[in-house]
Amino acid sequence: MGCAIAQDVVIEIGAMPMLVRTSSPEFLHILRERYGGFVNSAAQPVFEFEVEIVRPGSIPDAIGDDEDLSVRFEAGRWVLQRGDFRAELDPALRHGRIWQSATPYAIDAAFRIVHSLLLATQGGLLVHAASVVRNGRAFLFAGVSGAGKTTISRLAPPDATLLTDEISYLRREADGYVAYGTPFAGELAQPGENVRAPLAALYLLAQGTENRIGPVAEADALREVLRCVLFFAHDSELVGHVFDSVCNLVQRVPVRRLTFVPDSRVWELIV
Amino acid sequence: MSPVYIARVKEVAARSIGGEMMIMSARDSMLFSLNETATAIWQAADGVTPLAEIVRRRVCAQFEVDPATALRDAEELVEGLAKHGVLKLSNLPIEETP
Repeated sequence: MGCAIAQDVVIEIGAMPMLVRTSSPEFLHILRERYGGFVNSAAQPVFEFEVEIVRPGSIPDAIGDDEDLSVRFEAGRWVLQRGDFRAELDPALRHGRIWQSATPYAIDAAFRIVHSLLLATQGGLLVHAASVVRNGRAFLFAGVSGAGKTTISRLAPPDATLLTDEISYLRREADGYVAYGTPFAGELAQPGENVRAPLAALYLLAQGTENRIGPVAEADALREVLRCVLFFAHDSELVGHVFDSVCNLVQRVPVRRLTFVPDSRVWELIV
Repeated sequence: MSPVYIARVKEVAARSIGGEMMIMSARDSMLFSLNETATAIWQAADGVTPLAEIVRRRVCAQFEVDPATALRDAEELVEGLAKHGVLKLSNLPIEETP
C-alpha cells in the first residue's frame, strides 16, 4: 500500500509568496503549468495552504452552484465556499486548508479572494482592470466586463509589457502605487508578466467613435473605481479599509476617461 | 411631537472627495453621496442635538431655505439614511457606545 508524499510549490503574486502543499502530483503539475512565471521557490511564504484534492461532488459542506460564492468570518477564520471548493483560512496563523477538485479554477478563485483580503489591510487593491507597463510606468485600464480590457491589451504595441488583461494588482508604497503582473487572465487567456512598475495613471474605459482622453471628477472616479474593485467580504472593518484605499488611489493617481475605437492608434495617447 | 436625535453609525466609512461627502455602508457596501445641506446635517449628527436644532443652526442659518421645508427634507433624509444603516434615529438622546 502506498502513501502519497506531500510536495509544495511557492507562488508569488504581488510580492506576496504563498506556499501550496498537496499530495497530488497531478495537481502540483497543474499549479506549475498554470503559475509558471510566478513560481518562486526561493521566496519566504507569507501564507501556507494545504490543498486536499477530492472528487467533484465531495467537497465538505459544499454549496450548490459554481457561481455562488460565500465568504464569511467565523471563529477567527475566513470560510470561503463555492460549488467547486471550500477553503478555511486562519489569518493569525497565516495558514489555510482548501478542499477542491484537481482543476486550476478553484485555486485561482481562492488566490484572488485571499489576496484581496490580505491586501485590504495593507492599502492595496485587486481591480477589474487590464494593466500594462510602458517606458517603465504602469497604466491601468479599468472597466466592468465588456468595457474593452482585453481589446486594449490586444492592441498594445510591442514595447508594452502586459501585466494582465483582467485583474490588476495594486500595492500602496511610500511614494505612490505600484502595479504588479498577475497570472489572472481574461479572454486573452495569457498570464501577465511577473514584473512591477509605479502606477502612472488609471483610465476608465469607454468605447466610442474616436480616441480621446477626458477628465473625470474625483467623486465620479471614486464611484467608478469602487465598482471595479474585487472584494468579497461583508466585514465592516475591511470594507472601510477598501473604501479608504480607493479614496487614496483616486486622490493620488490621475484618473481619466479613455474613449477608444478598437484601433492600435489609441496607444499613441498612452505615454 | 417628540424630538428626533440622530447619530452617525460607526460602521461606515466617510470621506470628502472632490467637494462631495461620500459615505459607504459597511453593511451592504452601498455608496451615498451627500449634498452640502445633507453633509451639514451628517456632520452635526452627534446623538444629543435634536434634528430640529441642527436644521435651525446648520441649514437655515447657512442656506436660504424655509424652516418648515428644511425640517421636512431633513426628516426624509435621515429616515432614508437610517434605513440603510448609516445613521441612528431615536426620540431620546443617543448614548455613545464604547
